[in-house]
Formats: sequence, C-alpha cells, structure tokens
Amino acid sequence: MSETLAAPVTVSRSLWADARIRLFRNKAAVTSLFVLTFMGVLAIFGPMFSPHQYERVYTAYVRVPASLSAYPKPDQIAPAVERIAARMRAQIDRQQIIGGSVRVTLVSPRAIDERNLAFFGRSDLFQGANVIERADEGKKLVIDAPIRWRTFLFGTDGNGRDLFTRTLIAGRVSLAIGLLATGVALLIGVIYGATAGYLGGRIDTVMMRVVDILYALPFIFFVIMLVVFFGRNFILMFLAVGAIEWLDMARIVRGQTLSIKRQEYVQAAEALGVTSGGILKRHVIPNTLGPVVVFMTLLVPKVILLESFLSFLGLGVQEPMTSWGVLIADGARNIQNAGWLLFFPALFLVSTLFALNFLGDGLRDALDPKDR
Amino acid sequence: MLSYILRRLVSALPTLFVVVTLSFFLIRLAPGGPFDLEQPLEAKVMENLNRIYKLDRPLIEQYWLYLSHLATGDFGPSFYARDFTVAELLSRGLPVSITIGGLALLLALVIGIALGTIAAFRQNHAADYSVMVFATFGITIPTFVVAPVLQIVFGLVLAWLPVGGWNNGHVRNLVLPVVALALPQIAVVARMIRASMIEALRSNHIRTLRSLGLPRSTIALHALRGAMLPVVSYMGPAAAALLTGSVVIETIFGLPGVGRYFVEGALNRDYTLVMGTVVMVAVFVLVFNLIVDILYALLDPRVRYDT
Repeated sequence: MSETLAAPVTVSRSLWADARIRLFRNKAAVTSLFVLTFMGVLAIFGPMFSPHQYERVYTAYVRVPASLSAYPKPDQIAPAVERIAARMRAQIDRQQIIGGSVRVTLVSPRAIDERNLAFFGRSDLFQGANVIERADEGKKLVIDAPIRWRTFLFGTDGNGRDLFTRTLIAGRVSLAIGLLATGVALLIGVIYGATAGYLGGRIDTVMMRVVDILYALPFIFFVIMLVVFFGRNFILMFLAVGAIEWLDMARIVRGQTLSIKRQEYVQAAEALGVTSGGILKRHVIPNTLGPVVVFMTLLVPKVILLESFLSFLGLGVQEPMTSWGVLIADGARNIQNAGWLLFFPALFLVSTLFALNFLGDGLRDALDPKDR
Repeated sequence: MLSYILRRLVSALPTLFVVVTLSFFLIRLAPGGPFDLEQPLEAKVMENLNRIYKLDRPLIEQYWLYLSHLATGDFGPSFYARDFTVAELLSRGLPVSITIGGLALLLALVIGIALGTIAAFRQNHAADYSVMVFATFGITIPTFVVAPVLQIVFGLVLAWLPVGGWNNGHVRNLVLPVVALALPQIAVVARMIRASMIEALRSNHIRTLRSLGLPRSTIALHALRGAMLPVVSYMGPAAAALLTGSVVIETIFGLPGVGRYFVEGALNRDYTLVMGTVVMVAVFVLVFNLIVDILYALLDPRVRYDT
C-alpha cells in the first residue's frame, strides 16, 4: 500500500455559503429564525390540536381572563346551577361539589319535569345530569351533574370565544397575507426594476417616471379604493396591496442593476450574443437578490402592519375569520376591562415583527460586501 | 438655485395632473354613489340631487368641470357634509393635522438624531443595544396599540393629561397624540442615523478631526452632515405623511384633523372630498420632495443643480 499525501483541498465558498456562515454566527438572527419557525408551526398546526374551535361561542364564558387552570372556577358553579334551577322552576335545597361533578337537591311544589334536565347538558359548564334519587312523587330530585372542564389559556373574547385558538388562526391569516403580498411585490418589483435598469436610456426614464407618479398617489387612498373594489375578498385585496408595494423594490433593484450591468461578466455575455432577457435572468436578477432578500424581510412586517391598520379601521378581515390586527383592534377597545385581549395578540404580532426585523438586520450584515 | 426651484415646480404639474386624473376615474369606478343611503331616496329626489351636483353629466364633462374648477382653486362642495365646501373642511382640519404632525416631526428628528448619534459613538456597548432595542420596539408596535396604552397610563391611571380631544390646541391635549405619532418615526430616524453615522465616523475627514483631538461634539456635528443624507431623503415623504394627518391617531384621540377625510370620504363616496384630499397630499409630497432635493444640495456639495 503506497502512501498518498492528500493535497490540501481549498474549497471556494460562494457568496451565499459565505453569507450563511455569517448569518449563523449572528445570535439575534438565529434566535429570530427559531422564533419565526416556531410561530409558523404554531399558526399552521396549532389550531388542529387546540380543544376549541376558533368560532365556537361559549356563552357562559364571555371575557374570562387568561388562566392556566380549567374553567369553571368554583365560584361560577353555584350561580350557574341557580340559573338552571330557576329555568326548571325548582328551588335548590342543597348543592355540593363532589370530585368532578356537582350534587344538587332540587325541590319544587309540583313534580319536576325531568326533561328539563337537558338544560344542564346545554350549559357550557356541565356535561349533562343524571337523576340519582327521586322522592315526594317527583317533587324532590337529587341529581349529579358532571362538570365539563375547559381551559382557556389566553382567556376568551367579548363573544366568549377562545382567544388562544383565535390568536393562532389570526397568525395564519396575518402571516399568509404578509407572505402573499410580499411575493407579489417581489415579482413585479424585481422584473420591473431589472428591466428599467438594464435597458437604461429613455425606457428607464419613462419607467422610473411612472414609479414617481405612483409614489405621489396617496397610499391610503389607494388601499381604501381596493377595499371598496374587492370588498370582503381579502386574498385578492392583498394581491393588490402587493401590487402597490413593489415601488421601493423596483427602485432598489434598478439601482443594483445599473451597477451590475457594467460588470465584465455581463459584457462578456453580451459579446457572446446572449439575449437581453437571458442576461437579465441569468446574471442580473440573481446578483440583485442580496438587497432584495433584506428588503423582503422588512416588507413582510410592513404588510402585516398594514393589514392590522386596515382591520383597525374595520376594513380588513371580516368576522368570524380574524387576524392579529382584528384581535388587537378589539383588544385596544377593551383595554380597560380585559387587558389580556390586547396583550396576547400584541405579544404574538410584536414578537413576529421583532424577529423579522432582526432577521433582516442579520441578513443585511451577512450579505453586505463592504464588511468583508 | 431659484431657477432650479421654479423648473422643479413647473415639472411637478404634469405629475399632479396624472395623480388627479387617476384618482378621479378610480373613485368614479367604485360601485355606489354619494347619495346612496340605507333606504334609497325617491327617484325624483335622486335625480334632482344628481342634477344639482352635475353628476348626471357624462363623466368626461364632469372631469373637465372638476379640472377647470380646480385650476381656479375651487375644490367644490362636499357631497356628504352638505353645508361645507371641501376647501372649508380642509382649512379647518389642516391646522390641527399640521400642528400635531409638525410637532411629531420635530420630536422625531431631535430625539431620533440624538439617540442615533449616541448609539453610533458607543457602538456595541450597552447604550447602543438599548437604543436599538427601543428602536425595534418603536417600529414593530403598531400606533393603535401604543396610543391606547398611553391613554390608559397617562390619562386614566396617573391622570396627568387628558385622554383626547383638541381643546383649541392646548398643550396638554397635544402631548399624547404627538408622542404616539412620533414614536415610530423616532425609531426609524435613530436606526438610520446610527447606520450612516457609523459609516461616517470611519471616513477619512472624521479620522483627521479625531487625530486633531477635537471634542466629541464637534466631531459629531461634522459627521452628522454626511450622515443626515439618508434621513433627509426618508423624511421627505414621511414629513408629507405626518403633516397630512394620521387616521389612527385622529380617531383614537378624537382630533378634528384631515387624516380621517380619506377614509370617510372614500367610504361615503364623497367624490369632491376625496379628490380634495388627494390633491392636498400630492402637493405636500411634491413640495417635500423638492425640499429634500434642495437640502441635499446644501448638505452634500457634490450635488449641484445649476445646470
């Protein structure tokens, strides 16, 4: 066996590999990535595992505070039993909680209609009621009503819907809207900007003039007109919002393109007779992606905020569907008597936006060739 | 310089024209009209209303009428607030919005620049990190969360300031809306100044000043001149947006500004009010873009507009 000396292998690293290494060294950016992944997984899969439906109304639990222990609380049971007894036209002789159920002795001057025991089952608090003992020809009943335990981690809203499930569903909507609109803005902005920058000359001037005019159009006006046109179809609306948000993207890409097209490899491609479209696709657009990726991570929060702004005005997502903006607007109205309605959705929104911002900063540092 | 300003103003007219045209036809394309109520008006009444407001004429003729009135400075009557002309509505609301927005702008610039400069000088120290965390909070927390929290804390719990209302612009009524409006802007300015200041502090002329042993404040002033450029170009559109009112702030604090006119006008199909607001905002944007370009020339001697 002959010994072979391994030649020192130097692997050249691409811009992207280099950037990835730098990104993973950035603690804030890595944490942000984890937070975003966590949020995404929670929003997509969370509602499937939640015991509550997001549009289910619990009339017995309107605006109950967030709590780790299950509802009903001990002090809620007695009044609930009293209400049901009143509807059954019976008085309560004795009631006590035994284990997971409540033992009630009902008395009435006339025979108690046992069909009315269904009120227990219909209540949000009990699973139903069983008669244990009948006395005085049905004028006295001893019943056993097992309590239905429910946990509302984030409390419930003004209609008695579970805020935890609603926050997760809202996350789905908000994130989807953010990504969708950003995707549209990205597509239009990159193609438009790269074309303008690469073709240059008069075409560039005209194309950028169009962008300038669109900038002068008041943004809110545009958005409200979109709401008027598309009404309740918010997916369509956010495709349209993306179609407005591309202006900055186009400017950034154009600026990048202007500098890229003077590079030797572009001239080489031109000399070899590659078509303009081919050069754009193969050389220009891939090389503008650095700043574009950074801008994207900042555009997603912008769109999410825009959606929540529209929802605040009552023009966004419609009930019973919800979004973080809708929940926050609702919470802001109830801030004095039900702080958790604002706190939890705001916590989710702000931490997502925080993570996106730090990821954007991390990407900028990682992709910035000046720091090399 | 003067001829440059004049030329820019003239060249802004076509842009304004396009903006007016686009928004005129856009709002007219929207379904519904200004006199659609929940209970429809009698056909005769509707007809008369449409005739009085000339809505029965062909759209092109209405467009021409609007343009020719606009050229004489006439914004027309409001369709929804029937006793007022649009000019009256704007002249009532604009002082409120400009007061709030102007103060917020000032606050954003002063505090934002101060924080950004401090962060840049103490890069990667505790001060820098706290400024950056504050700035990120400022950008990410929506105004309509900050504003109610401010109302609760300073208006109800501490009871230092009124929770809302205009009260003829009394200082106590101004504090909360101005702070709520300025917070995100402070955050943006601080971040921008920090980034460009760090770059400026590395440049040769600042290194020279440092080696001469000049005091920090002098160095900061020199570095700031270059570092201001990105902020100036950001502040152009931002200032226009601040001065023309914020819907959220005006709704939450109950202020009679112009920010709400957009939403109300568009939802009520108050065509003239919407158009008036569009024109107002477009003029602000164009003027502030011009101011930005002039400031650019003053800050950066390499930029010249004489030709």
